[in-house]
Amino acid sequence: MSVLEKAFHSPVGRKVAARAGLAEPPVLRRGRTYPGGALVLAQIGEATLGARTLDVLGRPYEAPVLDGGEDVTPGYGDRIGAVVIDATEVTRIDQLEHVRAVLRPAVRGLEGSGRVVILARPAGGDWEQRAVARALDGIDRTVAKELRRGATSNLVRVEEGATPADVASTLEFLLQGRSAFVDGQTWAVGHAPSVAGISERPLDGRIVVVTGAARGIGAAIARTLARDGAEIVAVDVPAAGESLAAVANEVGGTALQLDITAPDAGARIAGLVASRGARIHGVVHNAGITRDKMLANTDQSRWASVLQVNLAAQMRMNEVLLDPAVDGGVAEGGRIVGIASTSGLAGNKGQTNYAASKAGVAGLVEAMAPDLASRAITANAVAPGFIETDMTAKIPFVQREVFRRSNSLSQGGSPVDVAETIGYLLDPASQGVTGQVIRVCGQNLVGA
Amino acid sequence: MNHNVVVVGGNRTPFAKAGGPLREASNHDLLTAALDGLVARHGLAGVRLGEVAGGAVLKHSKDFNLTREAVLSSALSPLTPACDLQQACATGLETTMYIANKIALGQLDAGIAAGVDSTSDAPIAVSDGLRRILLAAQAAKTPAARLKALARIRPSHLAPQAPSVAEPRTGLSMGEHQALTGARWSVTREEQDEIAAESHRKLAAAWQEGFFDDLVTPYLGLAKDAILRPDTTVEKLSALRPVFGGPEGTMTAGNSTALSDGAAAVLLASETWAKERGLPMLARIVDAEIAAVDHPGGDDLLLGPVAATGRLLARQGLEVSDFALVEIHEAFASTVVSTLKAWADEEYCRSLGLDGAIGELDRDRLNVTGSSLAVGHPFAATGARLVPTLAKLLHEKGPGSKGLISVCAAGGQGLVAILEAV
Ligand SMILES: NC(=O)c1ccc[n+]([C@@H]2O[C@H](COP(=O)([O-])OP(=O)(O)OC[C@H]3O[C@@H](n4cnc5c(N)ncnc54)[C@H](O)[C@@H]3O)[C@@H](O)[C@H]2O)c1
Repeated sequence: MSVLEKAFHSPVGRKVAARAGLAEPPVLRRGRTYPGGALVLAQIGEATLGARTLDVLGRPYEAPVLDGGEDVTPGYGDRIGAVVIDATEVTRIDQLEHVRAVLRPAVRGLEGSGRVVILARPAGGDWEQRAVARALDGIDRTVAKELRRGATSNLVRVEEGATPADVASTLEFLLQGRSAFVDGQTWAVGHAPSVAGISERPLDGRIVVVTGAARGIGAAIARTLARDGAEIVAVDVPAAGESLAAVANEVGGTALQLDITAPDAGARIAGLVASRGARIHGVVHNAGITRDKMLANTDQSRWASVLQVNLAAQMRMNEVLLDPAVDGGVAEGGRIVGIASTSGLAGNKGQTNYAASKAGVAGLVEAMAPDLASRAITANAVAPGFIETDMTAKIPFVQREVFRRSNSLSQGGSPVDVAETIGYLLDPASQGVTGQVIRVCGQNLVGA
Repeated sequence: MNHNVVVVGGNRTPFAKAGGPLREASNHDLLTAALDGLVARHGLAGVRLGEVAGGAVLKHSKDFNLTREAVLSSALSPLTPACDLQQACATGLETTMYIANKIALGQLDAGIAAGVDSTSDAPIAVSDGLRRILLAAQAAKTPAARLKALARIRPSHLAPQAPSVAEPRTGLSMGEHQALTGARWSVTREEQDEIAAESHRKLAAAWQEGFFDDLVTPYLGLAKDAILRPDTTVEKLSALRPVFGGPEGTMTAGNSTALSDGAAAVLLASETWAKERGLPMLARIVDAEIAAVDHPGGDDLLLGPVAATGRLLARQGLEVSDFALVEIHEAFASTVVSTLKAWADEEYCRSLGLDGAIGELDRDRLNVTGSSLAVGHPFAATGARLVPTLAKLLHEKGPGSKGLISVCAAGGQGLVAILEAV
């Protein structure tokens, strides 16, 4: 810790910081926990999807308090835990008033780490319908910015034909503490021909390969997925073998010392899994590096190493592991998860190589998803924002403090937050979620 | 043997010179690290194994239960029993045979054989004089009497007595013994320096191609063997001064093994157990033989393995040419040269009670990924380093390939084993 950093965290430093408007960031609710307060469901128009999905989850819900233009805004007696707005039948501009009438009392009554979840439809239909779809997005993003004390707002675009069973894992994830650092986001859920039920240990007995598992986000992914029942194959470079072994032993998994840029990396992983007579449920391509320099100073080698590790290697591995003829490859109903980055999606000074690789990961999963659908394999990515790890500890303190605070939750995310989002994508119940890029960034001010 | 015993895999720490990067680690730490890496590689966290056998040549008395304590510190189930064995430099191979034999008899399904030595953390004994004074002080009834006893301590009493590597019955160090053997077998300086240079070259190449990626786990930030000098050449080695055999001697620090720190472990199992768990089966443990020479009577101290090799090959009906690969522990380059000369010497072999010469070895099959001169030689660990290395090499050559391991040990002993690729 630098002198500056120490001073900042000293009692005096804290007081100064508080006066400067830098309040202590809220402690976020995490894990497989639902909000403490009541769950409110607002059904707009004839919508029933939200209600049926909450029934699948076995969560009781209450009717909303509506702001009908009285002098005093009506309130909830107690703090509420979450409000789910079923806007799947909202197609007209005047229906948006209903959304406001629900949200006004709700945001006032929401508990710390409470939740706003908007269920909507993908853009489609006539001009007004398309405009309304985007309007809901604007509402979600703004509410997310206005909410305080760690509460979040997210929007799910439920495709026509998607059933409550398809939506259940997504709604569960968003209501639970697992989505702590996912805020102001929008992604789509479609219909899958067959989808597993909700479970506390959704990955029980399933093999999941995690690259870059020796430390940081990768180690958190291994731990979180093991909690959910997965058998972890933990991969990292041979030089990181000591901590890799510790992580593997901690989660009861297997350590594989392997540089993912090796030409036979995919084959080595498949070989290990095949020797157990098994196939892979999920591959989490987490290994990644940065070699930051302004483009004006970026040479061939900085460019090549980042693109190789962060993008080319996982493409090569996917080709092998997704080949149905390869023993020990990805099973039907399997999962591919890539790690993009908000820097990649939004661009970031000094990171052209990194941004190219990470935006490339987003492009890759979007491309793979439709091609793998017939085998019920999903491909998605998470895009972490500022996460507290060894990688970001290298950023100078002042800049780091700015990055930390420049999101709606006023703090850096924890590696666990990324891991939980990946766990949600790996869940067999998330069959209808594919080709999505989910940002785990606390609604970082940077980027889309 | 009733049950097929297979080598599933191995793990070791990188090896380093005494006082080098692993100097802060005790035998307990090193052995635990070797076990943990092995457990992680094979997904055995929390598993109860049949038994772990390990040992160290230089052992603190507080480490009387070294291996069992390391098991308790490791990720294995605490219900895994363990024992300590010791057979000087052959310890790691002897623990392998101990576990293998129990598996063969059906007493165990699976077990780990290991060895460790820290020459950085060697037990230092106090002199007899000091011990007597301390005992007297302890027995004293009054503080004054105690002070009086302690006042007898002289500076000379405080000089620590490091364990010596001298043979108790001859008073000669191992190097001095090998110098005699080298002279007897006309081993030249060039022959020795070539073996040393080759050892470094081959080890460097093996690291380079990732051969050790699934045999070694980094420890204390050290990712590779620290003794290795990839750029060593015969020319560079020829410049070194002799350290054994007087001014005319041919043995140098370059062609003798360095005092080393490190630990190694082998996972052994019955074929059934390995199959049930979907674990690799690299090679089968075929047989082993131990022999000893009468070095106080003038025999070559480190040629114990020759008689063992002859008897083992005769029992198995095998010739030297039947072995695709041979590992001869490089205690000294001179040991390897004299061993091979002894193998080929009709008269010498007959004097050992063998029917004739063992045979000539094609040098291309010898120590193909380098050996102790380049890797280092933490005494008890070396056997447990050799077994998985050879098993992996044989496995790469294909089923049925046979390999021989020969390890010389203090006390004029030699242990030899045969592996066959699955
Ligand atoms: N920390 C953040 O804020 C942040 C933000 C956005 C994206 N990410 C991404 O999340 C992932 C993990 O980040 P982290 O912060 O935990 O990083 P980290 O540097 O702490 O860990 C990365 C791990 O990947 C391993 N690795 C690197 N190259 C490898 C290779 N060729 N083969 C095998 N393993 C290799 C490293 O040894 C290391 O253990 C990376 O892809 C990173 O780009 C991180």
